[in-house]
Amino acid sequence: MAGLLEHPGYDEERLKRAAEQLPCREVQAGMLLSLMGEPHQYCYPSIFIYGHRASGKSHVINVLMKELELPHATLSCVECVSVALLFEQVLRSFFGCDVASLLPRSPSLTDFVRIYRQQSPARQTRYIVMEKAELLRDADANLLPALLRLQELVEDNVTVILLSEIVWDTFRPNTGCFEPLLLHFPDYSKVELQQILSQDRHPSFSAELYSFYVSVLLGVFYSVCRDLRELRHLAALNFSKFCEPLAEGKVKETDTHKLWKNIEPHLKKAMQTVYLREVSSLQWEQMQQMEEETGALKGLSAHTHVELPFYSKFLLIAAYLASYNPARTDKRFFLKHHGKIKKTNFLKKNEKTTNHLLGPKPFPLDRLLAIFYSVVDGRVAPTASIFSQISSLVTLQLLAQVSHDDQLDSPKYKCAVSLEFICNISRTVNFDIMKYLYDFL
Amino acid sequence: MSKRKGKISHQPLGECITQVQRILRERYCQQKLAKGLDGVGAQHKHLEELLRRTAVYGESNSVLIVGPRGAGKSSLLRSVLQELLEEKEVQENLLQVHLNGLLQTDDRIALKEITRQLHLENVVGEKVFGSFAENLAFLLEALKKGDRTSSRPVLFVLDEFDLFAHHKNQTLLYNLFDVSQSTQAPVAVVGLTCRLDVLELLEKRVKSRFSHRQIHLLSGLTFSQYLDRVRAQLSLSDDFCDSRFAQEWNASVKNLIEDKSVQDVLQRHFDCSKDFRSLHVLLMLCLSRVTLAKPTIKASDLLDASRLCLADCKTNMLHGLSIVELCLIIAMKHLNDVYEGEPFNLQMVHNEFKKFLQRKSNSMYNFSPPVIVKGFEHLQQLELVRPVDGSPKTQREYQMMRLMVDRSQIMEALQKYPQCPTDIKQWALSAFA
Repeated sequence: MAGLLEHPGYDEERLKRAAEQLPCREVQAGMLLSLMGEPHQYCYPSIFIYGHRASGKSHVINVLMKELELPHATLSCVECVSVALLFEQVLRSFFGCDVASLLPRSPSLTDFVRIYRQQSPARQTRYIVMEKAELLRDADANLLPALLRLQELVEDNVTVILLSEIVWDTFRPNTGCFEPLLLHFPDYSKVELQQILSQDRHPSFSAELYSFYVSVLLGVFYSVCRDLRELRHLAALNFSKFCEPLAEGKVKETDTHKLWKNIEPHLKKAMQTVYLREVSSLQWEQMQQMEEETGALKGLSAHTHVELPFYSKFLLIAAYLASYNPARTDKRFFLKHHGKIKKTNFLKKNEKTTNHLLGPKPFPLDRLLAIFYSVVDGRVAPTASIFSQISSLVTLQLLAQVSHDDQLDSPKYKCAVSLEFICNISRTVNFDIMKYLYDFL
Repeated sequence: MSKRKGKISHQPLGECITQVQRILRERYCQQKLAKGLDGVGAQHKHLEELLRRTAVYGESNSVLIVGPRGAGKSSLLRSVLQELLEEKEVQENLLQVHLNGLLQTDDRIALKEITRQLHLENVVGEKVFGSFAENLAFLLEALKKGDRTSSRPVLFVLDEFDLFAHHKNQTLLYNLFDVSQSTQAPVAVVGLTCRLDVLELLEKRVKSRFSHRQIHLLSGLTFSQYLDRVRAQLSLSDDFCDSRFAQEWNASVKNLIEDKSVQDVLQRHFDCSKDFRSLHVLLMLCLSRVTLAKPTIKASDLLDASRLCLADCKTNMLHGLSIVELCLIIAMKHLNDVYEGEPFNLQMVHNEFKKFLQRKSNSMYNFSPPVIVKGFEHLQQLELVRPVDGSPKTQREYQMMRLMVDRSQIMEALQKYPQCPTDIKQWALSAFA
């Protein structure tokens, strides 16, 4: 085991146990330990640890705290919706329930500090670990600055450790505050990820096979995702598929090429679905079984399964055209005898192809209906049913109402669907929408 | 003499190291300074004189200590108080009330705290007061001596003074300054703040009662003084348990400061900030590397610590992004260059990225739009891109954003990025590569 943790004042046996639980984080753990110093020594009042998700911030701290049995209070700022909860949890972990019950209803920072100071001083450093510290910015304005200098306020050997994904620069209040000691946890490298993921191996499979599987997985996902937790989830989900040919006896363990060929398309599909959370892991497993039975590949994307009434489809198409075409071009698209509009005039260079980059523009109801009547086949009377379909499109969030609700005369809308979606819709009604879009002429 | 002492109190190395760690850690964490502050002699004398007048002669005073964060305001006050309290008369007489703007967030809480710190909870009991002033007057009255002729002097220390100015009607400040103007009881009000414009925050009636005494702690430190300070902060005092070790330690510190590379590093820190706090962070990092196997601070320790201190957080975060996210960042950088910092949306970024992909024949980075969206959302979570304030709510791909990363940070991160593909590096340098 490389880079064993060493520090006087702590039990060697415990340190060794801690080091075993922290693969690839020896440097960070050692650094933290040396900053913490021996238990009775003072530690810097506040330490701010930042790094990407799943880079082992909480894990390192938790293992050190638990294995070395340091007095600590670990809390997640997500749970502490009020400061009362925060204070209570800290007091309870340090001094027990009796002290925590001394807090008055809706306690202020003063109450917390007062009660803390009444307790016996620490014989060894106490640690308050706060996860997701970025949420402290939304709390009371003076909570964060006070926590950062808590050591000074309570005059006790206490250190506040803040963990966050977000850099310290965005935390600093306007008038500044006590600057914590910043510590960065770098992301795991590809080799380290491979090493850590390979540890999850089931004992019934050989180490080589599993690490091969992990390297295939990383080959597909590494360029997109470096989150260890997510990769682990994906590895666990797809391993049974990887083993399938082995179980059926078609392929030997050593035939890595065939195994790779079998799993790779499967992983690519997982990237489109599981990774994006379009299907839950349970659904994914069910789909894998279904596939075995029927062998059919179904379209997985949830967006393709929207069914709409006939006129609603045209209304949506009209809305899309109204949103993405400039109003002055309507004449050219929807009038049979539009007179002399020269193509060169019509296509102004500078504004071409920008509509799809800038997003939908709002349009009035009149324009929507005018376009609707000209794109739909046959005559449609402007009945109540048409208008109710517009409002149901708003409810479905395919259209968005821009103007205020109380404006009854000329409500304004925006189309809130993507190009791909509208192309699918128009294909079902045999309408070539590309011909009518100014950006794609 | 020191030799004789050294023989008596020679202790094993491990014990010495532990002691060094304990003493220096206390110095850096609790701002317990080795000796009196250097370079603030005049301020020190001024403050001491003021407080002595209150403590001994019963004069009322008010003063503000103004200086940037970490300049040593609290330390100055603490060292003055420490000196004063050595005198028996002061120790017997002076009462202290310490308030902090961070803790006492309104005047009701502050008054309660004052009552508590003066140990007058029993005297107040269940009494009901008509006004704040009445309550405070009662408290001060209760402090009068048996013969009712003179009252004990009270020192009010208001840390984060500017926050008290935001309290409703500034009742506390008004009353404290009012007492210090009248002859009710001898009080000294000392405010500590980092805001130079603090007087502008005071209401007229409060301002007129303040003595307008300000002690400024604006350091005009020169580099050689800074070096002296570094040495003072690292050195051990003579009363260390093992004097021989202390001598060796101090000698090694002296050598360290004279090292050329160390001076370069310190010069950089000096140029950034001259305050104690940032220096303490640096020294704390050095100190944490002192172990039994390596009982002195080496130049390399200081260099490493400085690298850690000066490292740019955002560059560090960029280092951990996936290739897709990095590509998006580069695309945003190009958009920023072309449109001179105008906000952009995801669709534009994606378009820029696609333009890059079209120039490449191999489609190594051909990711479906949803994957790109997820990467973009991750960037938003990390607050590397931020939605523009007050833009109307639209679909997320059209939400206007701004990049929160600097151009130089991107380039620096690219240099360090592990196995960065060459074509992406090229693309980062020029939008048309």
